Order: sequence, then structure tokens, then C-alpha cells
Amino acid sequence: MSLPTTREWQIAVGGLIVLIGVALVPFFGSGYVLSLTVNIAMYTVLCTAWAMFSGPTHYISLATAAFFGIGTYAVGLGLETLPFPVLVLVAGACAAALAAVVGIATLRLSGVYFVIFTLGLAELVKQVVTWWQTNFTTSVGLYVFTDFREQHILWMLLGLAALVFITSWAISRSKLGFAMRIIGNDETVAKHVGIDTARAKVLLFVISGAFIGMVGAILAPRFAYVEPPSAFNTMISFQVVIMALLGGTNRIWGPLVGVIPFTILMDQMTAYFPNHTPIVIGLAFLAIVYVLPHGVTGLMADLGKLRKRFKLVAANAGEGA
Amino acid sequence: MNHVLSVAGATKKFGGLVAVNEVSFDINEGELIGLIGPNGSGKTTLLNLISGALKPTSGNISLNGALISGQPAHKIARQGISRTFQLVKVLPGLTARENVIAGAVFGHTHVWGDEAEELAESLLEKVGLSDRGDSPTGAMTYIDQKRLELARALAGNPSVLLLDEWLAGLNPSELKIGISLIRDLRNEGLTIIMVEHVMDAIRSLCDRCVVMSSGVKIADGEVNQVLADPEVVRAYLGDADA
Ligand SMILES: Nc1ncnc2c1ncn2[C@@H]1O[C@H](COP(=O)(O)OP(=O)(O)OP(=O)(O)O)[C@@H](O)[C@H]1O
Ligand SMILES: [Mg+2]
Repeated sequence: MSLPTTREWQIAVGGLIVLIGVALVPFFGSGYVLSLTVNIAMYTVLCTAWAMFSGPTHYISLATAAFFGIGTYAVGLGLETLPFPVLVLVAGACAAALAAVVGIATLRLSGVYFVIFTLGLAELVKQVVTWWQTNFTTSVGLYVFTDFREQHILWMLLGLAALVFITSWAISRSKLGFAMRIIGNDETVAKHVGIDTARAKVLLFVISGAFIGMVGAILAPRFAYVEPPSAFNTMISFQVVIMALLGGTNRIWGPLVGVIPFTILMDQMTAYFPNHTPIVIGLAFLAIVYVLPHGVTGLMADLGKLRKRFKLVAANAGEGA
Repeated sequence: MNHVLSVAGATKKFGGLVAVNEVSFDINEGELIGLIGPNGSGKTTLLNLISGALKPTSGNISLNGALISGQPAHKIARQGISRTFQLVKVLPGLTARENVIAGAVFGHTHVWGDEAEELAESLLEKVGLSDRGDSPTGAMTYIDQKRLELARALAGNPSVLLLDEWLAGLNPSELKIGISLIRDLRNEGLTIIMVEHVMDAIRSLCDRCVVMSSGVKIADGEVNQVLADPEVVRAYLGDADA
């Protein structure tokens, strides 16, 4: 509505310092630390983009793998003809287009149907791509040869992270963000004050999907060889949901709080118990639903409120005595 | 023919139940009409048809001569119909000020930023909530929530305001405040339909009232005349017997 507040400036400066710090990791950290950092950066963008839509609407989207895979394939298919930065934008546009179609078709449905549909979507797109490749091209996969190394991927992800945070912040201050808060509170009221709720939700889904598609594009060089099962990996969708909910979606930086520990945990799990990752994901999901329904940041906010109330009670008691 | 709102043959069926059956009436600019009738007679359903919460099974509703029935609620709101709900609906995650601003951004009025804040402040004052702008709304008392809901409806600068039992559940002193608030709105020239069970309020506020029974309009006219109508008396007594 107006200029950023002092607090917002402080957060922005703090964020920038962290970003620069992380960008320096390739110069100091080992290969292992770098690759872990890339994973964290990747999930940070994915989860923040996911929360942009799912936070205010409370719709659980499992379409992340679909948007991500579309982005990866955009790079795989276009690498010979277009420069990489353009391909990232194309990837975003393709994912946005898919999000628009899916959103228009499904966002009138209730939450449960939406979850199932988005889960099916990633599988559907994967099958379509596989079918198309086996019938119309010579191989099932695509080679993605670039000069990009891990550090370049990291820097691109950090740039995208900055963009996704700024976008989230701008939306939260815009009419669209205000509309989403009203929808999240009471959809009937939202409609009766003149909000086109379907349009607002689709718009947000599109913006969120575009960012996820761009992440897929940036990660494509890391795969070197892109196949449908790796590009459209449903596991990504579930991990994003868990990390974002673990951190909490009530604050822009909430998902980040979940991303860091969970990425490290998953990394350790795949290293030592590669066959048990689904169990961890399942348990984490239950733990979040039952213990931390509003995520870590939600818990912190609740504790803060509790402390305030406690102080108030103590003060009143003191006065009374 | 300067009817602000025309309802012509409005009908709503829920399966076999005809909740609103061929109801017709017109409202002139600045009129305050009471919509009364026993429980379950279809009053809320009729308001839902007007506000677009429900689509009529048949019949037409028009606002200032333009057809609105069949349109989604957000489009109808943008053309100037605001409402409150029988079960009060405030936005609990928003402050009182934001609740009011919500009514002024997307609908019949489009203000944003400082202008919206000022509008919200003046409306909060009007409904008796001055200096409460920053209050969280979940913990407000019932009458304050009702006031807030009214302020939000007014923020859209409506051509027609629909009040669904806005006075219900208030204690006698609150009722006096509520009645005088609605009277002020009428004196400012606002066109209002109020669904109400509080007969004193209907008598003291309305020029005219429409009576429904089992989905059908059974009377329409000057308040005292309508309330003395044998059919209306029977509808109410029948209800009391049941
Ligand atoms: N969404 C719905 N689905 C099915 N039946 C409904 C629905 N809404 C209302 N009804 C039925 O329609 C009839 C009219 O209900 P309505 O709420 O309009 O009555 P009312 O006059 O507002 O009553 P009250 O004074 O108790 O508020 C009732 O029999 C009710 O059960
Ligand atoms: Mg009712």
C-alpha cells in the first residue's frame, strides 16, 4: 500500500547478506556441501512458490512435479535452438500455461478433489511425454549438455530465490494478496464483497507454477540426461508439501525454516537408508499434521502470544496484590 | 418507473421443496422495506437469490433495470448490492479496519491505500466502533461483530442493502442503538430490505413490508395494514401452534 517499513528494509538487507553469503559457498565449501546447498536453494524456491498459492487458499497442490518436469523438458527440447536464459523464461511460461488450464478446470472443485487431481496431473504429463517420446522420437530421454557446473546452478537458483521472495512480498501488499486473505478467511464473504474468487486463485496458481517451472529449467543441466521418471518425480511434490508445512505458510520466509532441516535429513537418509525415504516422508507428514499444524513459525507465533498473555496476567496479578 | 430493484416471479427449488415460490415485488429508491414471515418461509433464500449466493430456478431480478439474476455473487456485488448474513460473518484473521476495507476494494467502490483507510475509519465511527480499527475481530462481542459486518456492507456504497436479521440477538438497549442506526441509513436515502422477526423494529422503521409464508408472498403493503391482515395473522399463529 505504501513504502516498505523499516522492519521490511531490515529483513531485506538481512536477506541480501544471507544470499551473498550462500553465493560464496562454492569458493569455500566442499563438493558435498555445495551440492547440499544447491538442494536447499532449490527447495527454498519450490516451497516458497508453493506456499504463495497453497498458504492463503489452503489448497494442497501436488502439481509441483508436473510444473518442474515441464520446465526441465523445455530446456531439454530447446537447448539447441535458444539461449539458456530465454529457455528459463519459456519454461516459466509453459508451466504457467499448464497451471492456468488446470486451475480453471479444478479450482472450482473442493479441496480434496483438487489434491487428487494435481497428483494425477504429474502422472498424466509424465505418461504423455513418455508416449510421445517413444512414438515420435528416437529415445525416451534427452541429453542436456551445458557448461554449467554446480556453482552456476546455485547462483541462478539464488537469483530466482530473491525474485520469488520479492514477488511474494509484493503480492502480500497488493489487492490480490488482500483478496487472498479474505478468501482464506471466508470465501462466501469474499464473493459478496465483489471478489472473483476463481480468478484470484487461478492467478496465484499460475504465478506459483511459473516459478516452479523455472526451477525445473535451472536444474535441467544437473540431470545431464532427462527422462520422464526423473523430471516428473512425484517425490518432489510430497517433499515440497512437507517442508512448506513444517516451516509454516503464514510468513513469506516460513517455508525456509522447514526446508533446511528436512533437506539435510533427506540427504542423510538417502545416503544411509536409501530404501526408507518414503517412510520418513510418511512419518514427517503425520508429525506435521498432528504436532505442528501451523508449522514451526506458527508455533513460534502461538508461543509469542502465550508469553504476552502470561505477562499480562502476571502484571494484572501484580497490580491486584 | 424508477424501481431500484425488481423481483419478478423469483422461484427457488431445493429438490422437491419450493423455498421461494413465484415471488414478485418492486422497490423504489430510498425505500426501507421489511421482509417478514415465519421460520423457514424462505426469507433468507430470497435474499440469497438477490445477492447471487444462489441462482433462481426461474424468474428475474433486476437492479436499476439491468438483469442481475443468474450472475455470480461477485458481479452482483460490483453492481451495488451489499448484504449482511443471518449468522454474522466477520473475517476473524483481519483487524476491524481491514474487515471494513474488504468491502470497499473489489466491489461497487474501488478505493485502496489511504483513501480506503479513511473510508474505513469514518464507517467504523458511523456504526459506533471508532478507535476500534486495530482490534482483532474474533474476540469482539456479538453486537460489535454485527456493527462491523454492517460497516463492511456499507463500504461498498450499495444501491441496495440487504440485512438478514441484523437486529436479532441484541439486548433491549443494543436494539435501540441498532434501530436508530438503521433509521439514520434510511434518512440518508439508502434503499434497504430488512428481514426481521423483531416486530417493534419493523413497525418503527419500515414504510412497507412484504410477508412470506411457505415460500409464497402472502401480503405486501403499509406495515400496520399488513400486520392486521387475517391471512398474515393466520400464518404467524399457525407457526406458533406448530
Ligand atoms: N441450501 C439449501 N438446501 C436445501 N434446503 C434449503 C437450503 N436453504 C434453505 N433451505 C430450506 O428452504 C426453506 C426456507 O429457508 P430459509 O432459510 O430461506 O427460511 P427463513 O425464512 O430465512 O427462515 P428463518 O426465519 O428461520 O431464518 C427451509 O425449509 C430450509 O430448510
Ligand atoms: Mg433466515
